[in-house]
Amino acid sequence: MQFNLDINGERHALDVDTRTTLLDALRDHLGLTGSKKGCDHGQCGACTVIVNGRRINSCLTLACMHDGDEITTVEGLGAPEDLSPLQLAFVEHDGYQCGYCTPGQICSATAMLDEIKAGWPSNVTGDLEAQVDASIEEISERMSGNLCRCSCYPGIVDAIRQVAREEAGA
Amino acid sequence: MTLETIRHLKHDTPDHDRRLDGMAQGVLGTDMDRPEGPLKVSGRATYAAETAPEGMAHGYLVRAATIGRITGSNAEAVQAMPGVLHVLEDERMIRNAAQGMAGKSPVQKQGQAWYVGQPVACVVAESFEQARHAAQAMMVTIEPDGTHAFDAESREAQVETPEKKQLVQGDFDGAMSGAAFSIDNDYRTSSMSSAAMEPHASIAQWDEDGAVTLRGSYQLLRFNKNELADVLGVAPEKVRILSPYVGGGFGSKLGLAPEAVAAALSAQVLGRPVRVVLHRRQVFETVTRRSETKQRIRLACDAQGKLTAIGHENLVSQLPEEVFSEPVAQGTHFQYAAPNRLVGHHIARIRRPAAGSVRAPGEAVGVTAFEIAVDELAKAAGIDPLEFRLRNVPEKHPENGKPFSSSTMEATLREGAKRFGWEHTAPRQRREGEWWIGTGMAGCVRVNMMIEAHARVVLTGQGVRVECDMTDIGTGSYAILTQVAAEMLGFAPSQVETVLGDTDLPPASGSGGSFGAASTSTAVYLACMELRERLAAKIGVKETELTLKDGHAIHDNRQTKLSELLGEEEWRALGHLEPGKAGQDVRQATWGAVFAEVAVSDVTGETRVRRMEGTFACGRILNLKTARSQCHGGMIWGLGLALTEALEHDPRDGHMVNRDLAEYHLPVNLDVPQLGVHFLEERDDWANPLQAKGIGELAICGSGSAVINAIENACGVRVRQLPATLDRVMEGLAAHD
Repeated sequence: MQFNLDINGERHALDVDTRTTLLDALRDHLGLTGSKKGCDHGQCGACTVIVNGRRINSCLTLACMHDGDEITTVEGLGAPEDLSPLQLAFVEHDGYQCGYCTPGQICSATAMLDEIKAGWPSNVTGDLEAQVDASIEEISERMSGNLCRCSCYPGIVDAIRQVAREEAGA
Repeated sequence: MTLETIRHLKHDTPDHDRRLDGMAQGVLGTDMDRPEGPLKVSGRATYAAETAPEGMAHGYLVRAATIGRITGSNAEAVQAMPGVLHVLEDERMIRNAAQGMAGKSPVQKQGQAWYVGQPVACVVAESFEQARHAAQAMMVTIEPDGTHAFDAESREAQVETPEKKQLVQGDFDGAMSGAAFSIDNDYRTSSMSSAAMEPHASIAQWDEDGAVTLRGSYQLLRFNKNELADVLGVAPEKVRILSPYVGGGFGSKLGLAPEAVAAALSAQVLGRPVRVVLHRRQVFETVTRRSETKQRIRLACDAQGKLTAIGHENLVSQLPEEVFSEPVAQGTHFQYAAPNRLVGHHIARIRRPAAGSVRAPGEAVGVTAFEIAVDELAKAAGIDPLEFRLRNVPEKHPENGKPFSSSTMEATLREGAKRFGWEHTAPRQRREGEWWIGTGMAGCVRVNMMIEAHARVVLTGQGVRVECDMTDIGTGSYAILTQVAAEMLGFAPSQVETVLGDTDLPPASGSGGSFGAASTSTAVYLACMELRERLAAKIGVKETELTLKDGHAIHDNRQTKLSELLGEEEWRALGHLEPGKAGQDVRQATWGAVFAEVAVSDVTGETRVRRMEGTFACGRILNLKTARSQCHGGMIWGLGLALTEALEHDPRDGHMVNRDLAEYHLPVNLDVPQLGVHFLEERDDWANPLQAKGIGELAICGSGSAVINAIENACGVRVRQLPATLDRVMEGLAAHD
């Protein structure tokens, strides 16, 4: 099936099997291997990408459903010599070890901070009317869809909090 | 050809020189960021499945749905499906992953399905989607080959009791019966999975000379190379393995796994590169798991709380023909002093997927159960559990009288208690709404090992290159090897390039058993020392009088640029560490103490960990940041062992019921508080010339007990079957009502 994917500001023409997931299209057909396959069933979050501003598991959606959507992968957030504030904070706080879940964590955190700014409540939000605070508990709850077996959760939370504070101060 | 000189160390005696303390660059032991960090956080680090050689085909494994003799299949029909290139039913396919350091093939298929989930075929197609679809359509006929046992505790299970693994010292029964206080309980830990985030993946490619290159995700490359060569029946020189980035291991990537063999065999048949990636469920089934354990622990002490008897009898499970069995009592042999001792080890041969090394084999489950038992005895004796442990610190190895290389058990307990603000209280004293609040503590211990390792260091006027087949599985090898070379040769870390994960490079220790950092760092240290001596000789000073810093050689108040000394030359040295008597003459171990505060819901039985503090002594810390992260990992694994992780096996056929990340419950972000980790400053001269020891596994060896002990302190419920799931806690809460 032929269609276009708009990824990190670039349009790519694809001709792939209708069964090809967005994740496999990125990894196997476009060479964008930053998005990781950990379970292929939406259980681990390693494949998280941002589609039209919202974080999704790219293994749970077919590539051909995203013609015209605006897709951002970890490669689009920053390059090694030009990292985003979250990417830099993950390095500084060692919010990763093996690095395999890391792109998913960072894509997820990027969109998650926007969710907090937009005032979306979560399961641990006490007052649904008040402005949501980027507290440890809120961040932990909202990042619990991204598993990390190296168990870098303390570093991940520290990295995200630092960026949330910087953004709030700006 | 550039001259490469060798520096060899047979590690027989302690090294009191502590040369690293005299270096000047000031980068070792700091919290330097990982050099590969920018690649990892930007998605540019390439893992095993992430290169696509020209013409690559895709393979997908087919699993056995039952146990027995393989008598046929619908391979012909599958071969005719769209895109299918080959249906591999080769008898050389391996039954399960090799055990760590096997260096030879594990049991091969040979017409038999030993357990449900065993890979029995591989379908290769032009695309991943075609291969997956065809593999799912493949039917393999398996004829039952008799009845089997599926539960180690069932009557049908054949149980082996190897003589070498039993121990009796003193009058154990007499000490038990005459004790002031004693306990006698069974503890159970669950079958568990490593569940590294990167599923095993291999891309195999053969060249015209009959050599195969495998890009895989492995921990011990020099062993894996021999394993693959043995399976394929080729010389090891014909095998090259590349694993520059490994998405987590925890033991699951110690040994060659079925996808590597399927990829190599298929690629040979087709004459084109083949990639095989294990589906997450295949990772669970075909890669070795941690055995469930039943542990009978009997302890006795006198009226003052001095241990008089220690008994630890274990039952573990394993598939037939596997040599490994979970060494549950490894820490018990020396953690506490007591004159009368009994250790039993029993292996039930059952048809669950193969067991093997998972992060801290032995102590992870053995120390955890033992530290719960110690808590119970302290309670029976009416003594603060911290104080009870302090009264039982061994002065020397309690069974063979050997000295400890360093003894930090008491120091970690005292420092940990201080940092946590430990105060012992009676159970069921603190309540916040529906939540019972309590605290618990435990000691941690793990044996320390060194493994033979080689590393090459190349020095030029502009910087340093470190080369070996060491792997970085998240442990921080890139960081610490860079730091050791930078420190020894006086360059900024940015001028050191560390190249790892290629069997064409000198064979290092590999990653496993917490031996990687210390063993391979020692090889790098030796190579650097060789280069320092060559530099000193060229300048005409003693090596000990030479200071290397920021690319300069400093001596006799003179400073010379290394680029002037070396010109265009490239100096090479090979370091070779060979473990020796230093590992046998003393008991080397790492020690720690973990304290936890939990809340237990009186309504649901749910446990939430509120606070967890770990204090550890692991010799010289090479990188504070990566060391801390390793301990975070160990503590969180302890939390998972205590509260959430259990593989469930169907009692009818042994198959793993919850073989994915939705149903096998790893701790998630919200399960974990912001942990505290503290290291005691330590130099263990027996360990190696760096005075550094293993870190990766220590924190899991006891952290879970701190949580379980805290549950008891919170709500009065003693859980002896792990994990302490809601139902198990509720059962105890109901008994209190």
